[in-house]
Amino acid sequence: MLWPRLARNLLRPPVTDAPVVPLPEVVAALRERMEAASMRRLGRSLAIRQVDAGSCNGCELEINALQNVAHDLERFGLRFVASPRHADVLLVTGPLTRNMAEALLRARAATPEPVWIVAAGDCAVDGGVFKGSYAVLGGVEAVLMPDLIIPGCPPSPTELLEGLVALVEANA
Amino acid sequence: MRAAKVLESGVIAPCMPWPRTVLDAAAWLRLREALASDPSLDLLALWGEPGFVHAAFLDIAAPRLWLASTAVEGGRVPALSPVRPGAALFERALHDLWGITAEGAVDARPWLDHGRWPVRAPLSPRPLSHSPAADPMEFLPAEGAGVHQIPVGPIHAGIIEPGHFRFHVQGETIVRLEARLGWTHKGTLSLLQGKSPRVAARFAARLSGDSTVAHSLAFARAAEAASGAEAPPRATALRAVMLELERLHNHLNDMGFIANDAAFAPLHAEAGLLREALLRAQHQAFGHRLMMDRVVPGGVAMDLSPEGQAAIEAALAGAAAGLPRLLRMYEGHASLQDRVLATGLLPPALVAAFAPGGVVGRAAGRAFDARMLTGEMADCPTQPGADVDARWRQRHAEALAAIARVRTLLAGLPPGPLTVSLGHGEAREGVALVEGFRGECLAWLALDEGGLIRAAFLRDPSWLHWPLLEAAVIGNIVADFPLINKSFNASYSGVDL
Ligand code: SF4
Repeated sequence: MLWPRLARNLLRPPVTDAPVVPLPEVVAALRERMEAASMRRLGRSLAIRQVDAGSCNGCELEINALQNVAHDLERFGLRFVASPRHADVLLVTGPLTRNMAEALLRARAATPEPVWIVAAGDCAVDGGVFKGSYAVLGGVEAVLMPDLIIPGCPPSPTELLEGLVALVEANA
Repeated sequence: MRAAKVLESGVIAPCMPWPRTVLDAAAWLRLREALASDPSLDLLALWGEPGFVHAAFLDIAAPRLWLASTAVEGGRVPALSPVRPGAALFERALHDLWGITAEGAVDARPWLDHGRWPVRAPLSPRPLSHSPAADPMEFLPAEGAGVHQIPVGPIHAGIIEPGHFRFHVQGETIVRLEARLGWTHKGTLSLLQGKSPRVAARFAARLSGDSTVAHSLAFARAAEAASGAEAPPRATALRAVMLELERLHNHLNDMGFIANDAAFAPLHAEAGLLREALLRAQHQAFGHRLMMDRVVPGGVAMDLSPEGQAAIEAALAGAAAGLPRLLRMYEGHASLQDRVLATGLLPPALVAAFAPGGVVGRAAGRAFDARMLTGEMADCPTQPGADVDARWRQRHAEALAAIARVRTLLAGLPPGPLTVSLGHGEAREGVALVEGFRGECLAWLALDEGGLIRAAFLRDPSWLHWPLLEAAVIGNIVADFPLINKSFNASYSGVDL
C-alpha cells in the first residue's frame, strides 16, 4: 500500500546528518582570493554597449573609429558588445530625444549591475545645440546619472579612449 | 500634358536661383494629373510651412530644379504619393510636423511623431499641447503559410543609429521589411526658425553628422542665394575641397563596412586605416576631423595653411595608392563576390518611380549628380547592376574621382577673402542642391525683413533610399540584410529631422 508508506516517510525523521556550517573566516578568506583572482583575470576588461539616444551620427563615426587599426581599442581590454546583458558600460550619445528615452531606460534595465554610464559628446552631456527643443530631454542625465562625461562635438577617438581607459584603470 | 507646363502657369514667387511657382488648388490637381503621365519630373522633396505646402522637383534632362507650392485649405492638400511614391514619407512627416493632411495619400500612418512629444504638429501655426504617451505602431501585414515576424530595434546590435525594422519572413527569406524611423527626431526645423543663417548653420551641420559639409554647404548656398550674396572664389574652392574629402572618407568607410558585413575583415581594416589618415589630415588642415562648422553662410570659417594642404596631399597619396589595392582585394575573393553579386537588387521600375539620388541611384544606372546643375560636372559615371556589388563599385569609382578633383582644386586655389557678409532688407528665399556622399542634399529657406529664418527645410537624400531599401531586401535571406543595409547606408538622423 502506498498511503501508509508515504505517511511513515513523512513523519520519520531523516537519517541524514544535520548540515555542516562552514567557518565564516574560511569563507571570507576564500571569497577574497576568488575576487582577487577574477579581478586579475577579468578586471582589466570592460564590455561596452553603445546606445545612440538621438545623435546626429557624428559621435557614432568617431566611436566606430575606435575600432580601426590605428586606435584598436581592444588592446586596452575594451570591446563593444551587441547586448546590454553582456555590458559593463553603457556609452550613450545624443541629446536624449523623447522618442529614445524609453529605449535607453530599457537598455539600462537589461544591463547587469554594476554598470558605468558614460555620456559621450556634447549632446549627451546636456543636449548640446539641441537643448531646449520640444523633442529632446537635454542629455542623458534627464533619466540616468552618468558616471563619466566625455565632451566634444564629436569627441575624438583619442578623447573617447582617454575616458574609457580611465574606467578600466578605476575598475582594476 | 507636361508637368512643366502646369508649373509655368503658376504665380512666380521670388526664390533664388530657382523661382517657386504658386499654384491654386485646381492647378495643383492638374499638376498631379500631369505627373501621372509625365515621367520627366522627379520628386525631390515635399514639406510644409504654416498655410502652404512646397514641393521640389528635378528635371535631370535640363537639368534644372522646380519648386511648386499650394495653399493649404482646411488643413488639407491633395496628396502626390499616388503619382510619386517617394512622396509618401514626406506626406506622413507633413502631417506629424505641420498638421497638414495629404488627401488621398497612399499611407496615412504617423512617421516622426511617436506620441512622445509634449506637442502635436510642432511646426503648425498653433501646436496643440499633448500629454506624452507612446502611440502603438501599426505595421503593414504580410500573409502566407509560415510567415512570422522579426522585430529589431530601435537599438540595434552594432554602433549605428536607432530605428525599428519589422521583418516578415518565410523560413530564411524576407517577404516584407518595414523601417519605422523618427527615433532621433530632435526638432531641428523648429530650432532653425527665428535665427539668422549664421546662427542656424550649426543645425544644418548636425542634420546628419557624416554629411556635415554637404548639408552645411547646401544651407549656406541657400542662405547666400536668399540674401543676394556670393561666397568669394577662395571660399568656393575650399568648400569644394571639403565636400570631396567628405565624399572620399565616407566612401572609404562604406566600402570597408560592406566588406565587414560580409565577414571580410581585411578590406575593412585597410579601408579604415586609409580613412583614419584622411581624418587626421582634415583635422590638421581644417581643425576638425569631420570638418564640422567649417562651411558657414557667406564663406568658410578658416583658411587652409600650406602645412594643412601638405597633410591633405599626403593622405590623398595614401588613398590613391590604397584604392586599387582595395579593388584587387575585393575582386580577388570568390567568397566575398558570392555575397555581394545579385544581392539586394533594386527593380528598375522602382528606380524609375522613386528616382533616388546618389550612389543608390547611380549604381542603378540613373545618371544624375547635383554637381551637373552647377556645371561642376558634365556627366557622371554609373554602374549597371543595382546590387550590393554595383553600389560598392560606384563608391570606388567616385572615391577615385574625388581624389582627382581635390588635387585639381588644391593646385589652383585662388587667393582672396574667405567670407562675405549676408545683406538683408527684403524678405527673400533661396534654395540649393549639393551632392553629398549619399546624394543630393537640398536646403530651402525663407528669410524675413530682418534677415531671420521664417521657414526652412533640409532634405537628406535618404528620404528616397529608405523605401527602396525595403524593396531591395525582398526575396533575400535575413542574414544578408546587414550587407544590403550597409550598401545603402541611409541616414537616420538626416530624415528624422
Ligand atoms: S555631440 Fe555633436 S557629433 Fe555628437 S551627436 Fe551631438 S551634434 Fe552630433
